[in-house]
Amino acid sequence: MPTTLIADTQVDLDAEGFLTDPTQWDERIAEEIAVANGISELTDRHWQVVRYMRERYLATGTAPSIRSLGKESGVPVKELYELFPKGPAKLAARIGGIPKPRGCV
Amino acid sequence: MTARARIVVLGGGTGGTMVANRLRRRFDEDDAEIHVVDRDDRHVYQPGLLFVPFGLASLDSIVRPRRRQLHRGIAFHERAVDEVHTDRNEVRLDDGSALPYDVLVVATGARLQPEETDGLLGPGWNERVFTFYEPAGAEELRRALEWFDGGRLVVNLVDMPIKCPVAPLEFAFLADWHLRERGVRARTELVYATPLDGAFTQPVASAELGSLLAEKEIQLVPEFNAAEVDGVEGKLASYDGRTLDFDLLVTVPVHGGAPYVERSPGLGDALGFVPTDRATLQAAAAPNVFALGDATDLPISKAGSVTHFEAATLVENVARHLRGDEPEAGYDGHANCFVETGFGKALMIDFNYETEPLPGTFPGALGLPLLRESRVNHLGKLAFEWVYWHALLPGRELPVIGPAMPTAGKRHVSVHG
Repeated sequence: MPTTLIADTQVDLDAEGFLTDPTQWDERIAEEIAVANGISELTDRHWQVVRYMRERYLATGTAPSIRSLGKESGVPVKELYELFPKGPAKLAARIGGIPKPRGCV
Repeated sequence: MTARARIVVLGGGTGGTMVANRLRRRFDEDDAEIHVVDRDDRHVYQPGLLFVPFGLASLDSIVRPRRRQLHRGIAFHERAVDEVHTDRNEVRLDDGSALPYDVLVVATGARLQPEETDGLLGPGWNERVFTFYEPAGAEELRRALEWFDGGRLVVNLVDMPIKCPVAPLEFAFLADWHLRERGVRARTELVYATPLDGAFTQPVASAELGSLLAEKEIQLVPEFNAAEVDGVEGKLASYDGRTLDFDLLVTVPVHGGAPYVERSPGLGDALGFVPTDRATLQAAAAPNVFALGDATDLPISKAGSVTHFEAATLVENVARHLRGDEPEAGYDGHANCFVETGFGKALMIDFNYETEPLPGTFPGALGLPLLRESRVNHLGKLAFEWVYWHALLPGRELPVIGPAMPTAGKRHVSVHG
């Protein structure tokens, strides 16, 4: 498992760049991951989604899908795609320092 | 157990029927009364829906009366559920009557919500936009395929979770076969658009199924999150601005739980699925409420095999609850599916919460091939329909196949990407 220095902190990442230990995360790490993924600045709306993702993950052990994000985070699906282009759930999970959403099988 | 316990099972499908029958065998009629509630009396053998569009199964053959699948000594109520009140242990039915319970089992499955995708139910629905996930749609699609003379056929699953996540892939494989047999495959472009980043969710199976798509010249469009359908112009648009043209669209709409789950205070999540303990199958709502099958929020396939393996733990835990004992953490996430690949072949996948689908043999070293196409798996899939009606639903134990995932025949491989 690769260890990387992000925002002066040692973090463990999986092969796809997701933090494997959510406790290693802080807001500076989030900002740096966002920049590396093409989001130059995290707005309040970004934070609303990222924080909701983290809370849900820490409470239930699974990250919410895009659909439940759209229903529960207060940010509709269309806007989620504007905030986090390509894959909102994946990108918000990466920035929020939680494992990749499994999408259920 | 003190007085006669009252067990109410919501849903008379795969899970509800199996659980009610197993409970009936487990408890003397003097010790427990068992009620099953369903809004209709049509039990659909859902794996059969895949074959209907190709004329390989008829609706008549896959639908049977629900009440006939229930053992003697089980009361069947043909009623819709209005609300569940877990605070006062009571189910309210749509005629205003109340069914009190000591133990409640939620087995009302998942429903299709095509209305959640813009334009999906608009003009073109059942003309060039179809779903085979319910009986009437599967029959409409059969008629359309009869007349299909080439063009662009797009198969799309809108978003997870869906029932039987391999079924859209199977549809694409069978469509390839069907169109080749009819001599129109050369003039048909087959496209498989999915919100997943590959053919399937888990790496080893995704790689295997992805190469099958390529072999059959089915174009894979990954990470496609469908936003809008135009059934007149034949356009499927994604949230990130991509568009797929189609002459025929076979869609798998998004799924939610039964409507009453959302209405019942504290029972369901935002999608109407029931938050459930992944090992004991106790619902988060209350210790005397259990859930199984497609109705739960568990991170495992919505599939009949899952429901079947869950039933063993659920029935045990209902008994423990009535005795005042702690539930056992018995369910390991075991799932097992045949995947039809066309030309009389199928492959099989077997997995659980921790172990992704791997190659090898099932259930042991001398079993059916896993993650590899074979004729014997196809025959297994066909034979399964008999097993379903005559062994699974009545609640008989299957020889050889226990609820826990077997590891003996599995070969561990490391594949990523």
